[in-house]
Amino acid sequence: MFSGFMVNAWEVGTMVAIVGGVVGFFVVLRGSAFPAHAIPNGAFAGAAGANLLAINPLIGLGVFSFGAALGIGALSRRGRSDAVTALALVMMLALGAAFVSLSTQYEPQIFSLLFGEILGVSSSDLLPVVALGAVCIVAVAMLYRPLLLTSIAPDIAAARGLRPQRFEIAFLIVIACATTMTVPVVGALLIFTLMLGPSAAAQCFTNRAGRAMAGSVAIALVTIWLALACAYESNWPVGFYVSVFSATWYGIGRGYAEWHTRRQVRAAGDSRRSIALTN
Amino acid sequence: MHVVFEFGFFTSAPVRTALIIGAVTAMVSAVVGVFVVVRGQSFAGHALTDVATTGGSAAFFFGWSPLLGFIGGGVIGAGAMDLIGVERERRRDLATGIVLGTALGLAALFLYLDTTKGATTGATQQLLFGSIFTVDPSTVPLVLGLSTLALAIVVMINRPLLLSSLSAELTRARGINVRGVGVLFMIAMAVSVGLSSIAVGSILSTALLIGPAAASVRLTKSLRASLIVAGVLGVATTWLGILFAYDSFYWVPSSQGLPVSFFIVSLIFIAYLMSGLPLVRRRFDRPRANSVGASNASTEVLKAVS
Repeated sequence: MFSGFMVNAWEVGTMVAIVGGVVGFFVVLRGSAFPAHAIPNGAFAGAAGANLLAINPLIGLGVFSFGAALGIGALSRRGRSDAVTALALVMMLALGAAFVSLSTQYEPQIFSLLFGEILGVSSSDLLPVVALGAVCIVAVAMLYRPLLLTSIAPDIAAARGLRPQRFEIAFLIVIACATTMTVPVVGALLIFTLMLGPSAAAQCFTNRAGRAMAGSVAIALVTIWLALACAYESNWPVGFYVSVFSATWYGIGRGYAEWHTRRQVRAAGDSRRSIALTN
Repeated sequence: MHVVFEFGFFTSAPVRTALIIGAVTAMVSAVVGVFVVVRGQSFAGHALTDVATTGGSAAFFFGWSPLLGFIGGGVIGAGAMDLIGVERERRRDLATGIVLGTALGLAALFLYLDTTKGATTGATQQLLFGSIFTVDPSTVPLVLGLSTLALAIVVMINRPLLLSSLSAELTRARGINVRGVGVLFMIAMAVSVGLSSIAVGSILSTALLIGPAAASVRLTKSLRASLIVAGVLGVATTWLGILFAYDSFYWVPSSQGLPVSFFIVSLIFIAYLMSGLPLVRRRFDRPRANSVGASNASTEVLKAVS
């Protein structure tokens, strides 16, 4: 389990979990689950286009995911952002369907781009993953404070002269970067679930930003390691395990939050006040 | 004549089925979609297509009826989203995302098991992209019946639906069960989305649900007008897309032409972009005769794309 091609899988998985945890913290905080699903899921079509033109799939993925981020950002100014996100997603998927129909044999690649083929990662795939992952983390570190403020209190942020819309686009670009890095190696499904479940669980356990981010990275790491081990043992797709474990973590988190609230209610003896506090 | 309609367009049975199924799906999706867009539930509307697809892949694996799989998957997914969702909007998206992620994980497993079972080449592609031309004509009556049911539910609860999307408190003050209305709507949406994803594939399902509705909501001011415009837009883009896809057999060197979803989605996307143009909007803002405006817009869209 710890030799040969599996070493690459462990390394890539660890890197992806760190980026997923860090970016995912803001995905959950900002309620950006839809773009976090749409950009990776649509961008895989870019790889199909690159396959058709016989160029590096990373270029196709990059063009599609950054194009989607900028397109969603620009169109959201004048329309409803959730509808715009849905339209951007289906447009990319439809282009992908056209690319696939033009090239003949593509079925296995579709599956691996959507659901991940982490066990087949080669050493030459590692460099772009590490480089783009580092870019993501540096970008989040630089944007950390303004992103936090525009997520939690957009009014105060606006009063301070920050423009929430600009940070929304900046954040979408961070998601695009994470997408380009992860989709070729782990698939669109895996990065989406890894950004959502662990971070949502971590935010159930604590209200403090730093702890929640560290917690989401830790839970994401445990999730991917467990999933890799299970996928190695059972031969089932790793994306399946990651999504099930992520959902389980979220369930545990919600259960804890519920229990914690009840205990506080009992301790305070004043149900209304503590519900108002915890909400 | 043959410049526009290639040989056999009207005599081909699959095309005729596609035109009928496409029109019904587009109409139902457009009506349900107006409420989805107004209520800001596009993510749930899209997620339910993928959840329904999971149901479809499970049915494929266990050998159940695919229609049952799609609709059952959608309804279970809708219930799960409601169960873990909280009324606040951010939490609602999170709940949708968690359910969607789990469903996709299960889909990955079922598709993997399907392919290892062998003799099911193309299962992934068929389930994900679907094709309006491969609809089984014998399922048509059932699809029509269930679509009508979904439509009837939505039309029956249209007032509390709109009111509760504006203000939940106001609706509650009137003695209406807001959560019940929401759940009923989710179920109607799940049925409609499940049907459209089995009929036209998951991409087109989302496109027909959100696209025409989002464009028409930007253009119109009353509910009735937006329902009409969305319906017209949905049917027009679907029929035009089918025509293009049929003709595209003669355009590209590939042996099978371009997929119909590509054309319909592109037309819908163009229609949405055009609905934001000041020129189109000004026409719609004219106070008299909304229906005249509707036909104007669709002819404009048609002109622009042809």
